[in-house]
Amino acid sequence: MTGLTTQEIVEAGLRRRHRKEALFRTFGVLATAVGITFLGVFFFSLIGQGAAAFQQTFIELQIEYSEEILAPGGELDLEYADYDALIRNALWGEFPEVTDRRTRRELSRLVSAAAGFQLRDALLQDPELLGTRARVAVPASATVDMLAKGKIDRSLDAAQRPLTDRQLEWIDALEERGRLQTKFNAALFTNGDSREPELAGIKGALMGSFYMLIVTISISFPLGVAAAIYLEEFAPKSRWADLIEVNINNLAAVPSIVFGLLGLAVFVNWLGMPRSAPLVGGLVLALLTLPVIIIASRAAITAVPPSIREAALGIGASRMQVVFHHVVPLALPGMLTGAIIGMSRALGETAPLLMIGMVAFIVDVPGGFSDPATALPVQIFLWADSPERAFAERTSAAIIVLLGFLLLMNLAAIILRKKLGRQW
Amino acid sequence: MSELEPAKMPPPIDPSTGEADEPSPAARLKVATRRRQLEEISDLAGNTVGQVRCEDPFIVAENVNVHYGELHAIKDVTLEIGKRQVVALIGPSGCGKTTFLRCLNRMNDSIESARVTGRITLDGEDIYSKSLDPVALRARVGIVFQKPNPFPKSIYDNVAYGPRIHGLAADRAELDDIVHTSLERAGLLKEVRDRLDEPGTSLSGGQQQRLCIARTIAVNPEVILMDEPCSALDPIATARIEDLIDELSENYAIVIVTHSMQQAARVSRRVAYFHLGTLVEVDDTDRIFTNPQHKLTENYITGRFG
Repeated sequence: MTGLTTQEIVEAGLRRRHRKEALFRTFGVLATAVGITFLGVFFFSLIGQGAAAFQQTFIELQIEYSEEILAPGGELDLEYADYDALIRNALWGEFPEVTDRRTRRELSRLVSAAAGFQLRDALLQDPELLGTRARVAVPASATVDMLAKGKIDRSLDAAQRPLTDRQLEWIDALEERGRLQTKFNAALFTNGDSREPELAGIKGALMGSFYMLIVTISISFPLGVAAAIYLEEFAPKSRWADLIEVNINNLAAVPSIVFGLLGLAVFVNWLGMPRSAPLVGGLVLALLTLPVIIIASRAAITAVPPSIREAALGIGASRMQVVFHHVVPLALPGMLTGAIIGMSRALGETAPLLMIGMVAFIVDVPGGFSDPATALPVQIFLWADSPERAFAERTSAAIIVLLGFLLLMNLAAIILRKKLGRQW
Repeated sequence: MSELEPAKMPPPIDPSTGEADEPSPAARLKVATRRRQLEEISDLAGNTVGQVRCEDPFIVAENVNVHYGELHAIKDVTLEIGKRQVVALIGPSGCGKTTFLRCLNRMNDSIESARVTGRITLDGEDIYSKSLDPVALRARVGIVFQKPNPFPKSIYDNVAYGPRIHGLAADRAELDDIVHTSLERAGLLKEVRDRLDEPGTSLSGGQQQRLCIARTIAVNPEVILMDEPCSALDPIATARIEDLIDELSENYAIVIVTHSMQQAARVSRRVAYFHLGTLVEVDDTDRIFTNPQHKLTENYITGRFG
């Protein structure tokens, strides 16, 4: 002791301690800032790219629902008539100077292939339209859409552009006449996948993901919770119990593609379940989510204070009653949170689904659990591979929708937790 | 729940080789005293001083031994508890009173390493026999814990839980009746009459403990075990609960573990003194506090060690 009082020694060391804390705090702030910056860059680029996909360019045309054009020299069948002819007719009406076949074909390429179907649906719904004239906004083709969104460089050579000089003139003329409109791209949410970008939608993928998640949660939640309750409350402490616990913890870390291989070998090959169906996808994802739910549920059960159990036992409750009347209700918020976190992970899994074949090009929206389907992340993967320019923005849009869903699920987890959380 | 700590003694001194720094004479005396006390106690195991038996016994514990794994926590205890009698279990920390208490309603079953031998009978029936369901036992022998632990339910549901699971009420009206009677007997009804739907955890400490007592008596037990029920409460709440114990003793047998000798003197008719797992002395309250027969009892009561 050098004659310093305790107070002096403490104060001498105080400056160093404060400096250390300040340094740590600075690093913490820096790290958070870096993280937020990256997140900001990610969202900025994502929304910048994807926001445009929610808009679609339409061309307003004067359509004459003429019976002669629909069925020249024959009987009119509303379902199978030549609606493209109506479109072509309207276009030629806009640009009467176009007369030869080749140029006319160029002109008709300005409008999407879906335009004809739109007119068909309108006429089928209201057959009174036959013989009338109407102004209809039909979707423009993907290249026109890209031009309207400024994604095509007009200064390039004609050979390097997807649009010819003449087409550019026509588009400019239409714009001058006020015929080009930009509206909300409803097709993105009402259509299934398609080769044509302006027709491509995520409804098929959404329904596929939805059916899959229903299968996943109805299998993994009850099984997971029951397993956790048994392992935590009823299983005797033995070597086996320890072995099981280690295995469950490891399963939670296994790469998801392994579950896909398992699904392929057992469900598709051995049990003969339909390939590409949400049923199989859901089963594979259920296996994936099960360890996560078990671990979260066990943690929630362990967190229930032993005083509650003792109180219940002391009153004369049997073990089952203690568990189901007291422990489970108190552990439920934690279990639900674990379940939703597991579901969020399952929603975003792609690799195991690729293994069981959900990577096919499915155009129809699945109607049930055994229809071939695809999932949202797989759809994103497929679109990202497409060469068309318009698919680039649609990929980002699909990612935005996926992230929106994840956000909703996590919000649901927070709300449920708040609502069901109890104080003891 | 108390764990019995083995006596901590300094390492034995080897007289032949001697030690570098020899323990002082005072330390050596302490070791010798401790050794003697332990010898006295091991003599005592099974040889309790005083009145182990009572007339009209309801609970009879004979030669009870409890082991937590290797640890011998309760050594050969024999004790009788009569109907409508308050018996206080006193002793220093870790002497096994709570362990013994928990044997009486088989709460030690939930502890993996606990092994109970000996014979404990409730009204003549061996409570550890295979044919007896612990659930039924605990409906006859209730327990109140040291720290109040109401269920995270409403006050009404707290008290109604026991009767509900045991099927003691035929309908809602009967259940209401049971709840009101129990709350009244516990001295809580007046305070909570108009807020029975509020959570049990919203009450103060003393009220929560009375709620736990109400919960226990709602199943109409024959015995109530109390493990230091007032140690977490302030003096006023303590006084109220002691009054309550007085009233309850008219209908139930009560076994209360307490750290406070004053409390034991106030509420109990008989006192049992435990020391390091052995039952040293049992006697009427007056006699044990005025004229203890065993040296250890006297030392504890006079405060020479606690």
